[in-house]
Parts: sequence; structure tokens; C-alpha cells
Amino acid sequence: MDDFDRRLINRLQHGLPLLANPWQVLAEELQSSAQQLRQRVQELLDDGTLTRFGPMFDIEHFGGAFTLAALSVPEARFDAVAEQLAALPEVAHNYRREHAWNMWFVLACATPQGIDACVARIEALTGLPVLNLPKEETYHVGLHFPL
Amino acid sequence: MSACISPSEQALRQQLLALSEAGLPLVDDPWAWLAERLQLSLDDCLALLQRLQGEGAIRRIAAVPNHYRLGYRHNGMTVWDVSDEEMARLGPLVGSQPFVSHCYRRPRREDWHYNLFAMVHGRTAEEIDDYRQRIRELLGNACRADDMLVSSRILKKTGLRVASRTAGDTPTV
Repeated sequence: MDDFDRRLINRLQHGLPLLANPWQVLAEELQSSAQQLRQRVQELLDDGTLTRFGPMFDIEHFGGAFTLAALSVPEARFDAVAEQLAALPEVAHNYRREHAWNMWFVLACATPQGIDACVARIEALTGLPVLNLPKEETYHVGLHFPL
Repeated sequence: MSACISPSEQALRQQLLALSEAGLPLVDDPWAWLAERLQLSLDDCLALLQRLQGEGAIRRIAAVPNHYRLGYRHNGMTVWDVSDEEMARLGPLVGSQPFVSHCYRRPRREDWHYNLFAMVHGRTAEEIDDYRQRIRELLGNACRADDMLVSSRILKKTGLRVASRTAGDTPTV
């Protein structure tokens, strides 16, 4: 990754301008060409440096619902339970975290009722109580990794 | 979804979500690409995107880096038991720290007492310990207890996709 990549990634994290010819606008800012920019973004997507390019939706505006939830999984069953969760389309992310609550996942459903049903389903599947922590207030969302 | 949005606009929004939830192609003019598929003029398409961004339904149209690849290998979910009376002041203060990527209030439960969550990312373990300490100083006596849950393994990461379900049948769960 060179200096140009760093500037490109930093800039792209802030978003494309909602103007006509957005790549051209960006190219002028970064003193490059629109063609070269798009090609480099494609390469960074292909090699996994970037995971996605597109609108970052707040899905709740579209009628969806999310929650953050956790399980406290006995070590011997950890991988098996991770597989059970991985098979559920409602499970968007799942991380192991070093804590008594050792499995933390995000559920995404079309409706709040869908979340409740999914939590019940996970409890039935795993036999473990789900710690369900839907957000009550958002103070900040702004994933940005300066390079 | 707010009640003042017309049914045709709602349908348009669902269509946009379904079209671009997995990402946009790197075409010369992404707005024209969307406009064509939404059967809108270029101006109307841009106006729709600007409206959605203004409302916060679209945060931005951006690239998402793989933070592990960029060297941000340490992430800590810091959790805090903050007095309810102080939350309205302290939540936004913690959220405004440049090293906090996500910050939310969540409910307390019988066996979970932390009501403020702030995610921090760093290149080293020391870096995120330092961020935790800085939040601790901000919260002062308003915080009764805290913890930091460090992630040690990604078990699943697919991103948040609901269009296929919001647009059609809700799956039986």
C-alpha cells in the first residue's frame, strides 16, 4: 500500500459526493483520473483491503430491526454452537469475545417481531439463554480507520 | 419508516436497498446506473439519494475497509455501568471521541449491568487499553463499573442484509 492508496482509502471512507460524475470529483481532489481511481478501488476490493463499496444504509429506516445479543457457551460446545448460529440467515456478525458471555452476534430481521422469534429459536436450538441487548439510543456510528 | 413517505417512494426505497445492499458496481457513473434500474431521471435519482442521506437512511456512499488488513487488529467492546441521570450528557460525550467507532445505550439485564457500549479499535493492545482509560476518565464517578470485551475470533461476518426479506416474505423463524 502506497501513499496514494492511503489517501484514496481515507477519502473513500468519507463517502462519494452526491454530485454528477462523482469519480471525476474525487479524481480531481486526489489528483488522479476517474478511470485510474475506479481501477484501483476494484483492485483493493479484489485483494480484500476493501470489503464493500456502496451505500451504508441505516436499515432501521427501511423497516428492518437489529439487536446485539450474546451467549455464554460452554467451551466444549463452542464450535458446534458457532456453526448453529452461522447457519441462521438472521445472524449477520458473530464474534468470540473473552468474557463469560463469550459469543456476541448481531441479528438482522425484517421486523422487531422477527428478532423476538429468532432469539427464541436460538434458545431452543442451543438450550442456552440469550442475552438480548437492543440499542435504546445511538450516540455515534462512524467507523473510520485513519491511515 | 416515517408515515409521511408516499407508497411509491417507499417502493422506490426498497428497490434501491435491494439493488445496492451488496454494493454498487464501479461504473463510470453510479448514479446513472441506479437511475436506469429505478426508472428515474438522473436528477430524480440524485435527489432521492440526497434525501435519504439527509434523513440518515443512508449514512454515506462509501468504501468499507477490512480493518484487520489495515493493521487494526485489536478491537474492544468497552462496556460501562453509567448512572441513568448522567447518561444524556455522557453518552454523546463518549460517542464524540475520535477513537470510538460505535456508541450506544443498551438495556441493563438481571445478569448484565452495563448500559453504555463504546467500540474502540487499535493497532496494538496497549492502544485500546489507553482508549479505555480515557473513557474512564471522561465518565468519572458517574460510572460504577466497566469492562472491555476483546474479540479473539470472527465466527461469521456477512454484513447486514435484509432487503430480500423486507421486500418479500418474512421467513418463519
